[in-house]
Amino acid sequence: MADLRINFVGIKSPNPFWLASAPPTNSGAQIHRAFEAGWGGAVWKTIGAPVLNVSNRYGAWHFGRQRMLAINNVELISDRPIETNLREIAEVKRAWPDRAVIVSAMVESKPDAWRDIVRKIEDTGADGIELNYGCPHGMSERGMGSAIGQVPEYCEQITRWVMEAASIPVIMKLTPNITDIALPARAGVAAGANALSLINTINSIVGVDLDTLELTPSIAGKGGHGGYAGPAVKPIALNMLAALGTDEVVASSGLPISGMGGIATWQDAAHFLLLGASSLQVCTAVMHYGYRIIEDLCDGLSNWMDEKGFATIKEVCGQSLHCVSEFKGLDLSYRSVARIDTDKCIQCNLCYVACNDTAHQCIDLVSPQGELVAPGAYDIRSNGKHEAVDTRPQPVVREEDCVGCRLCYNVCPVDDCIAMTELPSGREAVTWSELSHQKTEITEDWEAMEKYREQVGIHIH
Amino acid sequence: MVPESNETGKGLAEQLPPLTRHEAAVEADRCLFCYDAPCTHACPTHIDIPGFIKKIATRNLKGSAATIFASNLLGATCARVCPVQELCEGACVLGSEHKPISIGRLQRFAMDFARQTGNYPVVKAAPTGKRFAVVGAGPAGLSCAGELAKLGHAVTIFEKRDLPGGLSTYGIIALREPVDVALDEARMIEGMGVEIKTGIDFGTDVTLEDLQQEFNSVVLSVGLGRTPSLGIDGEEVIVDGLEFIEASKAGEDTLSVGRNVIVIGAGNTAVDCATIAVRLGAERVTMVYRRTDREMTCYEHEYDFARREGIEFRFLSQPSRVLLENRQPVGLECLRVELGSLDASGRPAPVPVQGSAFVLEADQIVKAVGQNKPALAKLLGLATQKGFIAVDENFQTSTSGVFAIGDCIRSRGAASTVMAVQDGKLAAAAIDRQFAQQTELVVSSTEVK
Repeated sequence: MADLRINFVGIKSPNPFWLASAPPTNSGAQIHRAFEAGWGGAVWKTIGAPVLNVSNRYGAWHFGRQRMLAINNVELISDRPIETNLREIAEVKRAWPDRAVIVSAMVESKPDAWRDIVRKIEDTGADGIELNYGCPHGMSERGMGSAIGQVPEYCEQITRWVMEAASIPVIMKLTPNITDIALPARAGVAAGANALSLINTINSIVGVDLDTLELTPSIAGKGGHGGYAGPAVKPIALNMLAALGTDEVVASSGLPISGMGGIATWQDAAHFLLLGASSLQVCTAVMHYGYRIIEDLCDGLSNWMDEKGFATIKEVCGQSLHCVSEFKGLDLSYRSVARIDTDKCIQCNLCYVACNDTAHQCIDLVSPQGELVAPGAYDIRSNGKHEAVDTRPQPVVREEDCVGCRLCYNVCPVDDCIAMTELPSGREAVTWSELSHQKTEITEDWEAMEKYREQVGIHIH
Repeated sequence: MVPESNETGKGLAEQLPPLTRHEAAVEADRCLFCYDAPCTHACPTHIDIPGFIKKIATRNLKGSAATIFASNLLGATCARVCPVQELCEGACVLGSEHKPISIGRLQRFAMDFARQTGNYPVVKAAPTGKRFAVVGAGPAGLSCAGELAKLGHAVTIFEKRDLPGGLSTYGIIALREPVDVALDEARMIEGMGVEIKTGIDFGTDVTLEDLQQEFNSVVLSVGLGRTPSLGIDGEEVIVDGLEFIEASKAGEDTLSVGRNVIVIGAGNTAVDCATIAVRLGAERVTMVYRRTDREMTCYEHEYDFARREGIEFRFLSQPSRVLLENRQPVGLECLRVELGSLDASGRPAPVPVQGSAFVLEADQIVKAVGQNKPALAKLLGLATQKGFIAVDENFQTSTSGVFAIGDCIRSRGAASTVMAVQDGKLAAAAIDRQFAQQTELVVSSTEVK
């Protein structure tokens, strides 16, 4: 049994899964239930300035039968009185000493306001503070949330104020609504934050009602950008996590990162750990299915760790970071081609149309007699399941023309039917970085490039 | 008119309920949207099945219906009566490992939408001034007439019966297709400008010569004849299967079902007759067939259905005599049969064993042993093939300007509604080519209003 316990800058929890600061952590009663279900920790829904909320505050992105691939919200920080929150935080921490209780905070950009909230949070006995620099709607219009997170200098200034006042660990939470995620992270490092967390929600509009022509959701006829979260944002979050893990300043600071953004399964969790997160936060999946999902999150992660021989979460952290590379560091000589397993292929021919219309035209349709055929080549009077099935052409990859783009692999609906198979290219491994250094001319002159290709045997069909 | 239920509560109401919006959406989303899909190939009318299903998934039901109508004007009937297990669904790539997509029911969903909202095909073509006569308002005739109308031609259908629709109206049990669906489909064709004259007996009320004089071409879609004679004693008390079905659909109180019913035959119609009997209160229904379950012409899913209905089967039994008491049937005497060498149909010939007679009790006997070849061919002096009207690849008979489609030309393969629809479509294109020489063989776009 893998040891799922973590110690995140002194904040201990029995597993790496914390509820993110959001509606699931709105009250003490909820967090009691979440801890009963097995959650390792909770980041209390942001407390701070007084607010008023609106109805129809959650939108969602559905695709096909899958509901809520992402949620979008214009909910503000906690709309419960701050004293109520502080009292419940203290009660929860007293009742659950082994769980991580972190409090998210957001107040006006004044040193006194931050010092005051830090003191109040510390008085509850909470384990840590998360600085909400990410809320992209409402609060940002009041100069808080992402209005801070988008300006590294502000992040640094406010974090300095907090660090001067705080005696418990402080986690600075980053907004993804920024061009280069490393810049605010470096500001956190400079200000002496104990840890970072990411990502907060992404600016988004989910759609328009095609009857009323109002935005979805409509708040008395109006709507606007809200924070986007859930499974659909995970790749964006992973990229930002990896960007911090490979940023010299951030990586060398050793600041641990609490990762979030679309974690719904233990596999998602493992992805975040492997790319450098050492605690994990979850929101949308819980809003979709309830606290009970913690059981498989822990169980699945533990089983996978056992299978891979990882004894602790620490051993998993960052294991895949060394694979992260810029394009210029990729091996240009690596060659793979698509191979279709004809035993598994159900001849939906989605690979054929994808390749033929939008990729590199290297999949042929081959009749059962082995002849190349065009799609729809049957006689108009041919019909019935036997004729249709018995004459159905099989997609076949012309390997010599396949560039290994992997589109067919991605569209194939059958598990393990198309494999990307490595073939020797006959060329020495070389990266763009190396090659452009050795042969500057090929970066500027197509003729030189053609000559180089000829020389090493690269044929673009 | 259709008997809704009997004491067992099953009745002849349409067997499958319509898909709910949610069911249709779930099923449509399951479709992989295959490229050059095998379901489309397997469909005799080559409906763009992934195309219409995708449109259900995107809630473009009007477009979905138009996609179906583009290839098959009788989509509502075909959605219900097609042997989809042998056609589209049988070819679905999800069939091997998973459940094939319920194409028939999705098509019905789109067709029901068209019917409820009146999103029927509209004729956009300018009138050509050409006039065509179609004899018979069954699926082939309706399809052909509608396709010709779509191209701007004026079409009149002459139908012998009081109602249009042919077997869809009179010969398909209501369990599979309610009469209203067939009649609405005929009304849809009328809505495209086709005139349907019912109660006109071809040969007496109007002759081929009349039509040849008045119209540019004549299309015969006259179907087949009645059930052949068995040539056994007491046959006069045997009920004709097609009449039995007809009575169950439109015959009000004319259908009486026995307590112990025997159906002779094992084809689609025989299963339908047996189903009616069992659903309308027969205590025991037995299908008697001279060959075995390997040779019978009903589909496997029909056989399964019949067995689930509690219908019994007596194979290798050849009726030899009806036993009568007071001119009422009390039993069917049969001879045991052994299978010999292959006969003309490619199936083992049944050879009755002398002295093997046995009696099956019955108070009602129905025969459904196929239909006679169209008698019209000889009367009109048309060349025939195996007794069916012979046509060339353009559906033209041996008489120039006279075309034939549907069951009456089906000398090869199984007669079916969808094949008849395709005949009508292809013949319309061929006829149009003769006059306009500009039509593609497949009419690809159909607009609905």
